[in-house]
Amino acid sequence: MENRSLVTIADHSKEKIMYLLRMAEEFEKHTNRKLLDGKVVATLFFEPSTRTRLSFETAANRLGARVIGFTDPKVTSSTKGETLKDTIMMVSNYADIIVMRHYLEGAARYASEVSPVPIINAGDGANQHPSQTMLDLYSIYKTQGTLENLHIHLVGDLKYGRTVHSLLMAMRHFNPTFHFIAPDELKMPDVYKEYCRKNHINYVEHKDFTADTIADADILYMTRVQKERFTDLMEYEKVKDLYLLKLSMLEKAKEKMRILHPLPRVNEIEYAIDDDPHAYYFEQAHNGLFARQALICDALGLTLDDVLNDRTIIE
Amino acid sequence: MKREELLVAALESGTVIDHIPSNKLFEVINLLHLEKMKSSITVGYNLKSNKMGHKSIIKIAGKFFSDEELNQLAVISPNVTLCIIRDYEVVEKKEVVLPDELKGIVRCANPKCITNNEPMKTDFHVVDNENGKVALRCHYCNKEVDLDNVKLV
Ligand SMILES: [Zn+2]
Repeated sequence: MENRSLVTIADHSKEKIMYLLRMAEEFEKHTNRKLLDGKVVATLFFEPSTRTRLSFETAANRLGARVIGFTDPKVTSSTKGETLKDTIMMVSNYADIIVMRHYLEGAARYASEVSPVPIINAGDGANQHPSQTMLDLYSIYKTQGTLENLHIHLVGDLKYGRTVHSLLMAMRHFNPTFHFIAPDELKMPDVYKEYCRKNHINYVEHKDFTADTIADADILYMTRVQKERFTDLMEYEKVKDLYLLKLSMLEKAKEKMRILHPLPRVNEIEYAIDDDPHAYYFEQAHNGLFARQALICDALGLTLDDVLNDRTIIE
Repeated sequence: MKREELLVAALESGTVIDHIPSNKLFEVINLLHLEKMKSSITVGYNLKSNKMGHKSIIKIAGKFFSDEELNQLAVISPNVTLCIIRDYEVVEKKEVVLPDELKGIVRCANPKCITNNEPMKTDFHVVDNENGKVALRCHYCNKEVDLDNVKLV
């Protein structure tokens, strides 16, 4: 049997990415359907993540599927010493697909190897979070009309930020120019810069974060700068205010430029920006719904044609 | 036969693993599960070697390993030499070749990797890292470990 699980999109071809974006577009046009009528989707959250779980469960519910699952690891057998494999085997008796989030890295890959039903990785430790990457790509595509030849400015924690690493890898097909804007302690790791060189991705590094550095940005991707990441707290105090986006910094920004953030934000974006037309982070989160509808359907073996010819749309 | 090999008993038929760095001897024994074998095994430890200063050697009577089994040795000591003996004659000499994939041999260095928390086999891909050196990448968590720093399971 073909394994339709989604563990990472790092290996997805350009065609596959565009195909999934097309599918997400259809789900944005018509979100409520009975396309998954009779299907059961399990959401297994071995680590709590309310935001991601609600998004997946809404995606499934709005397609007519039923949802089972658990969130709190304390009430599940995983804390009683049951192996991940046993939990997956048990749940696969009940569900047609399993969406799982786990605190251990590689958990989703392993689950996809032992599970008789497809697995969707909703985050495995610091490793992969493909549905976040998919909604980021969809947001960029929707706001810019293309993924090709864009200037993408990544700001904040580029060292530990899993979302920026995945985005960088997924964008390799589209000739982007990346701008890395980060304090020394949190700068883009060498392994990703090497990845850029190998894949002919242009990049520029900046230390300062001003109206001028972001003037040519098409996408301004903000991330959280967390105190816990710093070994030297003096250093944190020095840089914490340098990577805050203020309304005044947008004066030279391109009209079509959009600000993304994986959310939740702490204080890296001034609240006054929320009403500015460049702000896009709430819509971005909303796009997660359509992106996840596409990922669930694809993992269940439904095609773009099935979605285009769908007669179960609820107007 | 080289003089130093005569320090341990000659073999009628079987496998000789030579030029093992002495500090890797026990890892070689573990890797090939020699402790579970019924055949007679002769181990020479800290023997003098012109090439290496000191080396170790293992002779396993009546046992012939598959290339797959022997190539695992490349992970811990890439320069061992192998002799296949039949009727007291060396019928074949081999060197070990690092395979593309290593299943159930190496431990992942990442404590948050699923392989360190679930009863399962590890799986590593042999890759060139960004410095052009050979590294092992965990199939599950994607973390890389230098070949010089590997720990066996
Ligand atoms: Zn690992």
